[in-house]
Amino acid sequence: MSSDTTNCSIDSAQQALLDKVAPATLKEQELVTNNRDFSWVTNKICKIVESNTPNWWWVCMTVALLTASFTLMGLIWLVSTGVGVWGLANPINWGWAIVNFVFWIGIGHAGTLISAILCLLKQGWRTSINRAAEAMTIFAVVCAGIFPLFHVGRVWFAWWLFPLPNANLIWPQFRSPLEWDVFAVSTYGTVSVLFWYMGMIPDLGILRDRAVQRLTAGIYEETSKLRASMARIADVFRKYFYGVLAMGWRNAGNHWRNYEMAYLLLAGLSTPLVLSVHTIVSFDFAVAVLPGWHTTIFPPYFVAGAIFSGFGMVLTLMLPLRALYGLHDLITQRHIDNMCKICLGTGSIVGYAYIMEFFIAWYGANPYESFAFINRAFGQYSWAYYIMFSCNVFTPQLFWFKSVRENASLVWIMSILINVGMWFERFVITVTSLANDFLPSSWGYYSPTIVDVFTFAGTFGLFSTLFLMFLRFLPLMPIGEIKFVMPQADPHGHHEDGKESH
Amino acid sequence: MSEEIYGMVASFKDTPSLYHAAEKVRDAGFKHWDTYSSFPIHGMPEAQGQARSKVPIFTFAGGLTGLTLGTTMVWYMNAFDYPLIVGGYPFFSPVFPFPVMYELTILLAAFGTLGGMFIMNLLPQHYNSLFNCAKFLEVSDNRLMIAIEAKDGQYDPIATKQFLESIGGFDIEEVKA
Repeated sequence: MSSDTTNCSIDSAQQALLDKVAPATLKEQELVTNNRDFSWVTNKICKIVESNTPNWWWVCMTVALLTASFTLMGLIWLVSTGVGVWGLANPINWGWAIVNFVFWIGIGHAGTLISAILCLLKQGWRTSINRAAEAMTIFAVVCAGIFPLFHVGRVWFAWWLFPLPNANLIWPQFRSPLEWDVFAVSTYGTVSVLFWYMGMIPDLGILRDRAVQRLTAGIYEETSKLRASMARIADVFRKYFYGVLAMGWRNAGNHWRNYEMAYLLLAGLSTPLVLSVHTIVSFDFAVAVLPGWHTTIFPPYFVAGAIFSGFGMVLTLMLPLRALYGLHDLITQRHIDNMCKICLGTGSIVGYAYIMEFFIAWYGANPYESFAFINRAFGQYSWAYYIMFSCNVFTPQLFWFKSVRENASLVWIMSILINVGMWFERFVITVTSLANDFLPSSWGYYSPTIVDVFTFAGTFGLFSTLFLMFLRFLPLMPIGEIKFVMPQADPHGHHEDGKESH
Repeated sequence: MSEEIYGMVASFKDTPSLYHAAEKVRDAGFKHWDTYSSFPIHGMPEAQGQARSKVPIFTFAGGLTGLTLGTTMVWYMNAFDYPLIVGGYPFFSPVFPFPVMYELTILLAAFGTLGGMFIMNLLPQHYNSLFNCAKFLEVSDNRLMIAIEAKDGQYDPIATKQFLESIGGFDIEEVKA
């Protein structure tokens, strides 16, 4: 078939009209810029794993491990002494631990949103950021899990949370939102790992094949003999490590057919999953009868906030990576624009929720409810409320401006502010409602102890350690999916010799 | 045994060529053959004459198992084996265990999906003769290939080679088993 089939149905009058209107050809910005070819994409992404470890990686890893040791110290201190080393004091029995848990779980949500919801919406731009974002999800869930696990007090009994037979012959109590959380978070973690792993199989196969090719060719142009043999040993390791993980994947059309179907199904399963997880997390609060918690707006408001903070974290991670590895052709301005716009959208939803909560507190005419909200904004924790409000509501509004979105350092700083704001949101929700409860005689001012601070600060180290390991050993981007959105992958597109196909 | 042949591979210069070549191999009536590319190609299953993937069956089976497991587990634990009186709620209702039922449905459906993908692709596979071919390893980079297996009834060392050449294939070679 020739390319002029579309013109056949247009008669001369229509053609004259069409000429007069002179329709503009709208060109979408390419997802892979500078006309890169398949080999360039493969090499660029594989070299991140295959080349020598950069010095900055060692520096970051050292800092990350040192920071992570804070969590370890905090937890050892806690377990050997008791939950009293945290700043919890009746009636404030949920302090930083719950704040940190909700904060980290929320961060994870952007990864699933990118890999699942944007996949269902056929957003091609998700391809270059989804792998790193999914890794972020898993590591964030790991950090989140630490807090409720140790908050149970006697961590060696934490397995009682699961429906396993125990010596007391008592089962978990399934009417409790905390028990729902156990199922939601463990399912979320597991499904995220499955999704992440399945997406990686073709790329692991590529890394395996490249190691085998180098070993067969046997050319190691290193400066010394020792370095050459080290490079060889590394490739032998890669051959087996990636070989086992790739499960014998061989890029067959039949493989891709089942893989694509499985990917679509996992995306379809993860979409309701990600929405349900933060909904259930919000039930931890919303099912309670406490003023400030007992509201039906919580599920959508928590989900929007989670996606907001998650995209903040994706930007925090991807902007430095883009600069360090020179990935500007893969993570283009279009990607950054889109992420900023999602932050703007979800940030505005969060802002709407803050205002609507206030409105309902007044409109509902419940004196306890209205007190809780006035106390939030003007009480002893008003400083936290203002940090939350300015970071979450005002910061993203700057993303309306193109010049802001194009300024990478400014976007990076704003992405951090977003996460500061989202941590304070959880702090405001958790602490203000508890610190000033129904009995004024038991009111108090909650402050964290040094153990609280250490344990939380250390989780950033743990998160960074895991992320740096991911950078070093696993493919940062899905190579096959990036190739899929390139014009060369279109079976009906241009032949390389310029001949038009049908 | 050393002379046993797995099949014949041919390379194609770009995605449209591979796509149209696949249509021709399908129309020529070959049964044991496949295309190889480092990325999924839109519409390739149709061009290869493959039916819709059967992975959803595994997903459904997994999801149904999860839903059943979640429902019976909550009923058994909180209403049958050790009835717990909590806040005057019923021992069992489809409402309060819904999050648990829902999450287990998704969990087992996801396992079913991944397992189904492995089963339908006959993975994990320890050995495949195609990896003996140096050019086949280049599929991981940018090479696009079609491989016709010797066990196909129509396979013939000379005629198949000519056929692959006629549909635009180059670098044609036989791969040892």
